[in-house]
Amino acid sequence: MSARVITLTVNGRRVSCPVEPRKLLVNFIRQDLGLTGTHWGCDTGNCGACTVILNGKSVKSCNILAVQADGGELLTIEGLAENGELHPIQKAFWENHALQCGFCTPGFIMQAYWLLKQDPNPTGEVVRNMLSGNICRCTGYQNIIKAVLAAAKEMR
Amino acid sequence: MLVLDSFEYFAPTTVRQALALAEKYRGRSRFLAGGQSLLPMMKLGLASPNVLIDLNRIKGLEYIKEAGKWIRIGAMTRHNAIASSKVLAEKAPIMVEAANQIGDPQVRNMGTIGGSLAHADPAGDWGSVLIALRGLVQVTGRRGSKLVMIDKFFVNSFTPRLRSGELITEVRIPTPPRRSGGAYVKLERRAGDFAIAAAAVQLTLDNNDRIRSVGIGLTSLGPTNLRAVKAEKILTGQLPTAEVVEEAAKAAAAESKPVTDPLRGSQDYKRAMAAVLTKRAIMMAVSRARGGG
Repeated sequence: MSARVITLTVNGRRVSCPVEPRKLLVNFIRQDLGLTGTHWGCDTGNCGACTVILNGKSVKSCNILAVQADGGELLTIEGLAENGELHPIQKAFWENHALQCGFCTPGFIMQAYWLLKQDPNPTGEVVRNMLSGNICRCTGYQNIIKAVLAAAKEMR
Repeated sequence: MLVLDSFEYFAPTTVRQALALAEKYRGRSRFLAGGQSLLPMMKLGLASPNVLIDLNRIKGLEYIKEAGKWIRIGAMTRHNAIASSKVLAEKAPIMVEAANQIGDPQVRNMGTIGGSLAHADPAGDWGSVLIALRGLVQVTGRRGSKLVMIDKFFVNSFTPRLRSGELITEVRIPTPPRRSGGAYVKLERRAGDFAIAAAAVQLTLDNNDRIRSVGIGLTSLGPTNLRAVKAEKILTGQLPTAEVVEEAAKAAAAESKPVTDPLRGSQDYKRAMAAVLTKRAIMMAVSRARGGG
């Protein structure tokens, strides 16, 4: 089937690109945009490694078509740092050793970003609930939760 | 890397356009709502439509509003919008409780109540909650709209009462009267998984603390979301004593029709859990109807 051109804002930059309707957003981000910080994990919608922010909401980019992002605003992990300064959530992950292999990290950070937009002062329980769609196989959950709480404090 | 089969894609901006496309591509098209079930099914080859009609660009299908004796919810309303709805938190908190137990936060940001119902998964949560609330589904086709009782909506597993080209446009629930309470109690292997089993209970007490009316819906306990008719009969008109609640919970288990799931428990286990979950849900609903948490 024929490709169509989609236009969207990616990390503040306007992008136009032809895509086939069957292309998943995660593949568009990685292959067409070359933004490989968004990880392609389980491809079943379970692991959350591909989490990005589309039009202000966190979504699993393996469970949405690229064409659905047409006209939208997309934020990926590459869009968080400003002027070479890590985002407070990124810093907090670093400082709290909230990663081991790092594969799940971009997804966790984007989900945490969305969470802190909703609720700048979450309890530990809220953080746990809101990160329940992200899986870490190095079992680093405790430090991830610590990092998100630390980032929340820093950002308030 | 997983590549989907090719399909033609349309993103209509009105219901009328969507229905016209569905008619044009009758039998070869699927509607795409939140896509949190349809896209995974397409990846697995369980669905391979030639044409995908994306409903996400249609304005006016995402709303929650009180209108007379009804609460009306647009079919494209996301689970997360229901989870954070003030109207529902006040009038029908079972909807909020259930929404928060669907999938995970990212899935709830995309997934819709209409899409979930149209998927007709016996492990789906909304069907049971609507059974408990005695809700209606508005189905729209080229000839107009009709309201379908939730009890008539599920024909079989993954088979809703929707003809080719028909679309869910709204969900309606009767606004529960005062002294009402509800609960959705779900058992999962881990957070975000499909239910091993779940029970939805919505009831209203009279001034003498007797159960005036009650609805009970069961999840993952049969080929579709089921109404526990016998359990409802046992409770209706009675004081919710421990004995009556126990009897109703046992009846719900007896009338459930679970099948063994290699991942989520045997038939016997699920039936045993049906009793436990129904009992808990009734007790919570009663406590809430009395004004407790």
